[in-house]
Amino acid sequence: MSFLEFSHISKTYPGVKALSDVSFSVEKGAVHGLMGENGAGKSTLIRVLSGDQQADGGEISIDGQAQKYASTRDAFHAGVIVIHQELQLVPELTVAENLRLGRFPANAGVIQARQMFSEVGEKLKSAGIDIDPRRKVKTLSIGERQMVEIAKAIMLDARVIALDEPTSSLSSRESEILFALIERLRAEGKVILYISHRLDEVFRLCDSLTVLRDGKLAAHHPSLKDVTREQVVAEMVGREISNVWGWRPRKAGEVRLKVDGISGEKLPQPASFEVHAGEILGFFGLIGAGRSELMRLVYAADAADAGKITVDGKPVRSADPHQAIRAGIVLCSEDRKHDGIIQGRSLEENINISSRRHHTRLGILNPKKEIEVAETFIKKLKVRTPSRKQDIVNLSGGNQQKVILGRWLSEEGIRVLIVDEPTRGIDVGAKSEIYDILYQLAEDGMAIVVVSSELPEVMGICDRILVMCGGRISGELRRDQFAEKAILAAALPDKKTPTAIAS
Amino acid sequence: MTTQLKRILLGDQGLVVIFVVAFALVALLVPNFLTERNILGLLQSVVTVGIVACTMMFCLAARDFDLSVGSIVAFAGMVAVMASNATGSIFAGVLAALLCGSIVGLFNGLVIAKFRINALITTLATMQIVRGLALISSDGRAVGINDPNFYQLALSKLVGIPTPIWVLAILFLIFGFVLNRTVFGKNTLAIGGNPEASRLAGVNVDRTRIWIFALQGLVCGIAGILLASRITSGQPNAAVGLELSVISACVLGGVSLAGGRATMAGVIVGVMIMGIAENVMNLLNIPAFYQYIVRGVILLLAVLLDNLRSSALGRR
Repeated sequence: MSFLEFSHISKTYPGVKALSDVSFSVEKGAVHGLMGENGAGKSTLIRVLSGDQQADGGEISIDGQAQKYASTRDAFHAGVIVIHQELQLVPELTVAENLRLGRFPANAGVIQARQMFSEVGEKLKSAGIDIDPRRKVKTLSIGERQMVEIAKAIMLDARVIALDEPTSSLSSRESEILFALIERLRAEGKVILYISHRLDEVFRLCDSLTVLRDGKLAAHHPSLKDVTREQVVAEMVGREISNVWGWRPRKAGEVRLKVDGISGEKLPQPASFEVHAGEILGFFGLIGAGRSELMRLVYAADAADAGKITVDGKPVRSADPHQAIRAGIVLCSEDRKHDGIIQGRSLEENINISSRRHHTRLGILNPKKEIEVAETFIKKLKVRTPSRKQDIVNLSGGNQQKVILGRWLSEEGIRVLIVDEPTRGIDVGAKSEIYDILYQLAEDGMAIVVVSSELPEVMGICDRILVMCGGRISGELRRDQFAEKAILAAALPDKKTPTAIAS
Repeated sequence: MTTQLKRILLGDQGLVVIFVVAFALVALLVPNFLTERNILGLLQSVVTVGIVACTMMFCLAARDFDLSVGSIVAFAGMVAVMASNATGSIFAGVLAALLCGSIVGLFNGLVIAKFRINALITTLATMQIVRGLALISSDGRAVGINDPNFYQLALSKLVGIPTPIWVLAILFLIFGFVLNRTVFGKNTLAIGGNPEASRLAGVNVDRTRIWIFALQGLVCGIAGILLASRITSGQPNAAVGLELSVISACVLGGVSLAGGRATMAGVIVGVMIMGIAENVMNLLNIPAFYQYIVRGVILLLAVLLDNLRSSALGRR
């Protein structure tokens, strides 16, 4: 009998069958991958496992014991810990306090601080986590916070640890540390459920794999030995995707965007680069390399201290995004939730928010035109939604991204499109659709800048790559020069001399 | 049956349904309620709150707050009376009041948008400053109206309906249109939904917020003039606590304090529910002290209903 068993799990939400008859099992001391497109039922399955939601049918058993939990508390006592994408730590408290929250070592209500710090410090050390327990959580990087969450699970003697997209906001170095930790937990005989969109990670880390599609079990691989990536992708999307990237050569035109020595508070060293019409330029770098900061300066989302920007040879002076838009520069931000979607408003309004200025008269809307624009782009970008009136928060990440693209495509006269992490948290099927949109736009002569932390993505879709490191542009490679090694070498901060400086 | 009832009550029009039912019940059960005289009185009693609620709705929808409305109403009333007494022209008085209201509102907006000071704090400050100005300008006394024609602003009737009610109705129409059919209205709602995303989507957030507060000041000016005319003098202590009644009415009408959600119909219903509750309690001779409790309870119930509705929609 396997250690963790799901048998015939079903769960129905009003109008949606989120899970139907899902059964699979995981052995002790295994890292088990859980993959599927957005909406495939991964999150629901994890919610059922964590006691957050109750299944309508079926049973979970751990170590041969059937579990009946009514709340997350019960799951917790059964040794199940789920580490969500949004971490649950108190920023103002120290690492040790977070780890002992609710179970402070106290004497008559007075916390035994010294004892707590030394105990927690030892536990962290023995788990191979190098973080000072006295630091406040708010001073930690996202990667370090993730470690603290895992440490929490270790300290609670978890038997089953589920990680939901743990690397989505980690740099590759931080991911490595995480992987080492996961491997250590595996050696200790824990069961790790690893949910991820990233095939590379899953193939590297996992012993076994389950693929969900439309709430059903699409495939279960007890071993990954003879399984190919293409096969897993096909299982996820239910069809063959021969080439996720689909890059094809294009003709580049004149220089569209020229950025000359731009700098700002968060990017003190001046940066310069050019993008041609019809070109897709990639910006690669580790987290904190300054890519997003540079793009925010170009878009005037943050104030620039110095530097010149020209579009098609004409100088652009903007102090606020609405002016950059009028100059033909638009940006899809990295943080969709905080900087992209307007929560509580419909798709229609989210699409029209900027471009409606082209068809309003004296500030009065043209509802017919707004409906037309919304419908056009919902159709063109294949946004999956019951209606244009739908609140945007109800859409999946990929569809939200398409709506934001629609917001900019509905603007006439956009010359430069900057997309920051265009496919973060987006499933494979939607990814290749978004790439196709970018190719189409480039073909129509737009200059496109793609910022991404995923090396395969920048290498897959871009015509040229600029690498950033420590707030500077540290390397430039044309498509025929693309090589993982060279790009990473330019991105790593310990290198003193960059491989190639951008002209 | 219960699920259907739930769907109606928690749906978009839930509040309107409750209002209609409540109105019907009151009309049937409370003697003298459904008389022309009482209904006109009722409407007149909600004019000040109703007028100010029009723009407070924009303020709240953009995640802002305005506590200074009561003071502006009183100040504008004083200015209207004193300026028309001084110049002998009612028109000049009205114009001066509207101008003063707008200036205070514009000041609020500039401080909040440009200096990034919390709206609650800013308007808490101007609320006191402006009240102080109203008191200083008359040395704390009420100022009588010299020209009896000034009373006509509130007393005159058009097709049997007093002018202030017409003004209220017209403002309801105008601001309903502005909210739903203009770039300004949509931008207001977008800012409330997500201010940073709105800015990055090309909305001129600062300008929109300044306009919201300036309009709020202008509309308070209108309310102040009509109030002064109705109470036949400029009273520096008029409209104390108005901000809370107005915000209550808006919240009652489904305007979200977290921003991004507001409807004119909802606000009208909110204003009317507050007015009817007070009116009915007066008709039933319920002592004023109890009325506070009833108003508080109504507000809590409304917010509770709103909460249920949000969770029914699956978002908070």
